[in-house]
Amino acid sequence: MAKSIVAEFTKGLWKEIPPFRLVLGLCPTLGVTTSMKNGIGMGLATTFVLLCSNILVSLLRKVIPSKVRIACFIIIIATFVIVVEQMMAAYAYTLFMDLGVFIPLIVVNCIVLGRAEAFASKNGIATSAADGLGIGVGFTLSLASLGAVRELLGTGSLKGDIFGFLPYHFSNIFGSSFEPFGFAVQAPGAFIALGLMLCAMNLIPSK
Amino acid sequence: MGEMIKMVVVLTVLSVVSGGGLSWLKDFTGPKIENQEMNLVKGPAIRAILKDSEKDPVENRFKIQDGETERNIFVGVFNGKPDTVILESVANGFADKVGMVVAINMTDSTLRGVAVTTHKETPGLGARAKSDPSFSAQFAGKPLTVPVQVSQDGGNITALSGATITSRAVCAGVTKAIEKYNELKPQLEEKIKSMGN
Repeated sequence: MAKSIVAEFTKGLWKEIPPFRLVLGLCPTLGVTTSMKNGIGMGLATTFVLLCSNILVSLLRKVIPSKVRIACFIIIIATFVIVVEQMMAAYAYTLFMDLGVFIPLIVVNCIVLGRAEAFASKNGIATSAADGLGIGVGFTLSLASLGAVRELLGTGSLKGDIFGFLPYHFSNIFGSSFEPFGFAVQAPGAFIALGLMLCAMNLIPSK
Repeated sequence: MGEMIKMVVVLTVLSVVSGGGLSWLKDFTGPKIENQEMNLVKGPAIRAILKDSEKDPVENRFKIQDGETERNIFVGVFNGKPDTVILESVANGFADKVGMVVAINMTDSTLRGVAVTTHKETPGLGARAKSDPSFSAQFAGKPLTVPVQVSQDGGNITALSGATITSRAVCAGVTKAIEKYNELKPQLEEKIKSMGN
């Protein structure tokens, strides 16, 4: 049992890492990764929703009638999304402004509904929680790394904080003669950076 | 039949629990969110227009009932007299609503200043309504009786080049704020007197 919980958690980190291996949830992946800070914020918000909705769906899986299961899942997911949105507005307002419409859009993120439908509704609470957390952490890492690549190329430095904590600031990583590549933080830069990262990941064979 | 009832019951219970929980959350986070907005969005703009005020206008605010809605009024104190009020206003811009704060000098009925707080206008064009101080500076000192319009419409505000729609929106927002001010003036004067500053 303990082994399968670990396995459910770690599969989200590499084998089924959402935007790269499953190529799911691309809308926030492309939309918010203009900086590492936004990527981490969005990833953590999604992780919270995934974890809570997976636990609740798994808890209620015997009660929810199969004909209206999607409606029930959406109610549960939407509730947690509003919780995240309100808490973010109350405690991390600048991040809330930066992420804008992408926070409410977590409701329709196919990763969240996908995990509820494909995993949590068929498995126990502990494994569902591990699955939600694993996929969530994987998603956060993906967004953070994509955000970091784009921010580095686009501005030459990394600057921000995580929900007001852990401020980090690395300026002029490529030296002062580096000319910022502004294209990287614009929309087309997101596609190209994602494509290159997908390519790099596919070079490493998955077992 | 039994399944039918179960579906209805489960969906109803879920919705009720969710709705109830969220309304509690809204009561809990509401004041915090308002504080954040005050500090990060409106606060800097308000303090910038009334930077010589003897009391912090953001702290020195009150709410006033205007029909169904509550309005925030910020009061600036100059030479010991609370003679300036700031009203919030919105107007339709090029992309979305343009939010602004409008300061009105009550003693000589002139505009004291205007600042855009929230907008989604084009960077480099309409966004200059917020970032370019020479645009918003035009409003200061204008008497309330003269209609606020861009020069193309016969007014005396020079529009931002390439952003006439945004400039018009700011003028419309200021006009709305002035109308509201004239409507609420007796209430405002009473309230400020009762504040005793």
